[in-house]
Amino acid sequence: MNRFYVVVGVLAVVLAAAVFALLKTGGGASAAAAGPPPTVVDDGFRGYTLGSNTAPVEITEYLDYECPVCATFATIQIPTIKEQLINTGRVRWRFRDYPLPIHKYSRFAAHAAQCAGAQGKFFEMQDQLFYHHQWAQTGKDPAALFRDFARASAVDLTAYDSCMEKGQFAARVEFSRQEGEQRLVDGTPTFYANGTKLFTNFRRLPNSDDFKAVVDSIAAVRH
Amino acid sequence: MRHRQAIALLALVGLFVALYLWLHALGFGGAIKCGAAGGCETVQTSQWAVFLGLPVALYGVVGYLAILMVALAALRPAALTRSNWNVMLVSLATVGVLFTAYLTYLELFVIHAICRWCVGSAVIIAAIWIVSLLSLRTPAPRIDPAASQPRPDLRV
Repeated sequence: MNRFYVVVGVLAVVLAAAVFALLKTGGGASAAAAGPPPTVVDDGFRGYTLGSNTAPVEITEYLDYECPVCATFATIQIPTIKEQLINTGRVRWRFRDYPLPIHKYSRFAAHAAQCAGAQGKFFEMQDQLFYHHQWAQTGKDPAALFRDFARASAVDLTAYDSCMEKGQFAARVEFSRQEGEQRLVDGTPTFYANGTKLFTNFRRLPNSDDFKAVVDSIAAVRH
Repeated sequence: MRHRQAIALLALVGLFVALYLWLHALGFGGAIKCGAAGGCETVQTSQWAVFLGLPVALYGVVGYLAILMVALAALRPAALTRSNWNVMLVSLATVGVLFTAYLTYLELFVIHAICRWCVGSAVIIAAIWIVSLLSLRTPAPRIDPAASQPRPDLRV
């Protein structure tokens, strides 16, 4: 009987040590992808776009993946905008990154989307990040979750891991942020229609009707 | 007795599995260690990772701790001959198995992601349940009362 309690005691100590080690070594966001790069290089990339190249109106959206308003806009308004304006050839939508410094993992999320984009899965990954936005409320390191998102987006994980580890697109994300800064982006999301800033009256959550009105007004001026 | 010892050891392992998941849910440590197949973060950050306002893993911690305590209490010499401890262990394990079955259903058919730690816990609680059922079929060890009484002829 005594030997049994010794076994219980030893097992408890071993298991406690194992749990401690697991918590201490639990992976995490690579610094290269989560932080700003040492140097910013223009690689000529100007954001992924949705819609026809010949659409008369181009809307540029500066977004932050951790921003709840951006997530609401992406999940509630974008589907209607796609249906009414993008798929009908009236609008081309350009996505630019503007990770806000108050958000710990938004740069990391933008980088993950770019790594997926390198494999042609940018929009799938973006949907994962916005439609499963609970990660942004937990404050926990989302590295493993984003890897799950990448898998769900049919991204090759070996290439994804390598891309994230070396921070392949960190300079691209920072270039986009600096570009936004120069264009006086003052929060997220911020929109531009053919280069003109929209909704400057501190309105952060325009709806699909607002964009339809903007596109209609541009079309009316052109005719 | 062997059954109760086995249940205590299994519950101890299950307790630490649940403890790891609970501490992770509270924000301790970095990303969860999940192996190449992944899925743990998807499960842990889903809306079903919280039950009645508390992390699911906390129910695991409480459940395994209860089973461990009852199993250890049942191993006291005074309790060894009493079979009602076995009934208590079966009851606790049954609750655990049913809750685990519900969580596994959610993983497979709702969340569509499998967490290895959850599978590990499911195997442990299933093993506890089976061992506790086997203990019901095994008669309690008989201790001859006369053996512990002083022989009458030795009384002074």
